[in-house]
Amino acid sequence: MTTTAQELTTTETANVKGKWTVGRVASEFLKYVVLILLAATYAFPLYWMVISAMKDDPQVYRVPPVMFPNPAHLNNFIDAWRSDEFSLYTFNSIVRYALPVTLGTIASSALVAYGFSRIRWPGRDKLFGLAIATMLVPYTVIMVPLFIIFKNLPGQWIGTYNPMVVPALFGNAFYIFMLRQFFMSLPEELSEAARLDGASELGILFRVILPLSKPALAVVALFTFMGTWNDYLGPLIYINKYEMYPLALGIQKLRNNMTQVGNAPLAYPYLMAVSTIAAAPIIILFFFAQRQFIEGISLTGLKG
Amino acid sequence: MAAITAPKRAALTKGEKHNLMVGLLFVSPWLIGFFLWTVYPVLSSIYYSFFRYDLITEPIFLGFGNYIEIFTDDPRFWKVVGNTLFYVGLSVPLGVISAFLIANLLNAKIAGRSFFRAIFYIPAIVPAICVAMVWLFIYNIQYGVINSALKSLELPVVPFLSNPDLAKPSLIVIHIWAQGTAVVIFLASLQDVPRSLYEAATVDGANAWDKFRNITIPMTSPIILYTTVLGIIGGFQTFLLPYLLTNGGPAASTEFYAMHLYRNAFQFFRMGKATALAWIMFLVVAFLTIILFKTSGRWVFYGGDSK
Repeated sequence: MTTTAQELTTTETANVKGKWTVGRVASEFLKYVVLILLAATYAFPLYWMVISAMKDDPQVYRVPPVMFPNPAHLNNFIDAWRSDEFSLYTFNSIVRYALPVTLGTIASSALVAYGFSRIRWPGRDKLFGLAIATMLVPYTVIMVPLFIIFKNLPGQWIGTYNPMVVPALFGNAFYIFMLRQFFMSLPEELSEAARLDGASELGILFRVILPLSKPALAVVALFTFMGTWNDYLGPLIYINKYEMYPLALGIQKLRNNMTQVGNAPLAYPYLMAVSTIAAAPIIILFFFAQRQFIEGISLTGLKG
Repeated sequence: MAAITAPKRAALTKGEKHNLMVGLLFVSPWLIGFFLWTVYPVLSSIYYSFFRYDLITEPIFLGFGNYIEIFTDDPRFWKVVGNTLFYVGLSVPLGVISAFLIANLLNAKIAGRSFFRAIFYIPAIVPAICVAMVWLFIYNIQYGVINSALKSLELPVVPFLSNPDLAKPSLIVIHIWAQGTAVVIFLASLQDVPRSLYEAATVDGANAWDKFRNITIPMTSPIILYTTVLGIIGGFQTFLLPYLLTNGGPAASTEFYAMHLYRNAFQFFRMGKATALAWIMFLVVAFLTIILFKTSGRWVFYGGDSK
């Protein structure tokens, strides 16, 4: 978002021209009051998640609510983590689900996006239109027939991550669209020069286009990883054994166990602790790659 | 860089044929996937919607039996439709409007814009299970922070999730809270509105409201339409939050269409009926989307130089 910085400087110079009347001071003040109150309200639930993760039972019960637990029970994070197989669930989330889907999506979507942008062939844009249209088919509509397909396919699909991983190898329309936009913005001369040198299309993709597309590929990786890490519905449908659970289903299992045992109050600090650990990678990722997040959304959102 | 569609000619030149082959080769993963994971499921779901199928025994042909049962002999169906329409009807406009207003606030001259943008965006990207667990705790009638605060003020507690009249609005609040993606999209589109338009309006003596109504809204209306369409498509598929927070209760007040479909498929193993439900939903969503696009000519402004 380079425009942000530019705009701030232009508006700042406009500010200098305006006079600081009482009315303007009041409206500036009001603007920040509204903004800060609103931001505090929006930030509260996640603040509450982190803070409650560090409470013990009496601190959960207390009226009025405890805003800063003292003492803070940091060991809750470890105890909650050890209360179930959360390391295994995290392993499943990353190694069995997020990584294969992310790598498969990047490779296949880049290949397809190249075919839709850097090679000219009859019917290309019509077919691309079709690819875009598939984004509007709600998942709920194909959820059941897809399950029937995987149930009836030879081999064991139900109970594994394959029904979620294998389709990723065929490209994702959303990321094909995004990468195509990016590939089209690269100058055609680059490909021409490589073609004159006798490079094949695959060679051009790998040696010319992909090295220049790292920012776009990072956006695809980021969103795919986030999508799989956060996914609940896919594993809910296909995963049926505890030892295969991803983190999201593990958290739900912890919740069910604790309500069954009947110690609901303690369940909340533990639930909040595990939820905090599950949310942390996403929030940290966001702060490290804020620009990619915002650009990715704006790109797909605006040009869609 | 505009792609040239092939002129109508009897035969393609050798180079064109080569490009066609290579092009198709590159897009073949998507093309194959399109048939495997979209065309075939969609077609087979039409087929299964005419059968009784429990995944184990052979499908039994019912004709329109599933559809007739859904409309005339499924006591939950109309309840679920009502719940879903209530939820979509309120959560989509409220979500779009609140995101749009927040984006406008962020677009004003403010210090720390990216910090505030992060605050509003992050709720949209944390895992749904975390969102569900946090709000379950916040809304808890005994230990929830809101009710603890009310108790300390000696006010009556609010049964957010256990009162049939409050459960849906409580879910809508969470939906509004998690509209960060729309906020970011709106903010980017607001920053694309040319400054010169506002400057010209100021010269003509327009006040802030005039500018908002006659410049901001028209210039961002395509994005408002896009966000609304996505909101409706997503709204009809609402599943996770009610599934995790209330499991459809109390008194089926948060039993939504996608949950009804899920239960028929994966709890009652009525695959045929579930695909019939999916088809009805697909037609309704497609119909609403088309209506929205057709009538959008009246309020969506296309043009200007937003690329």
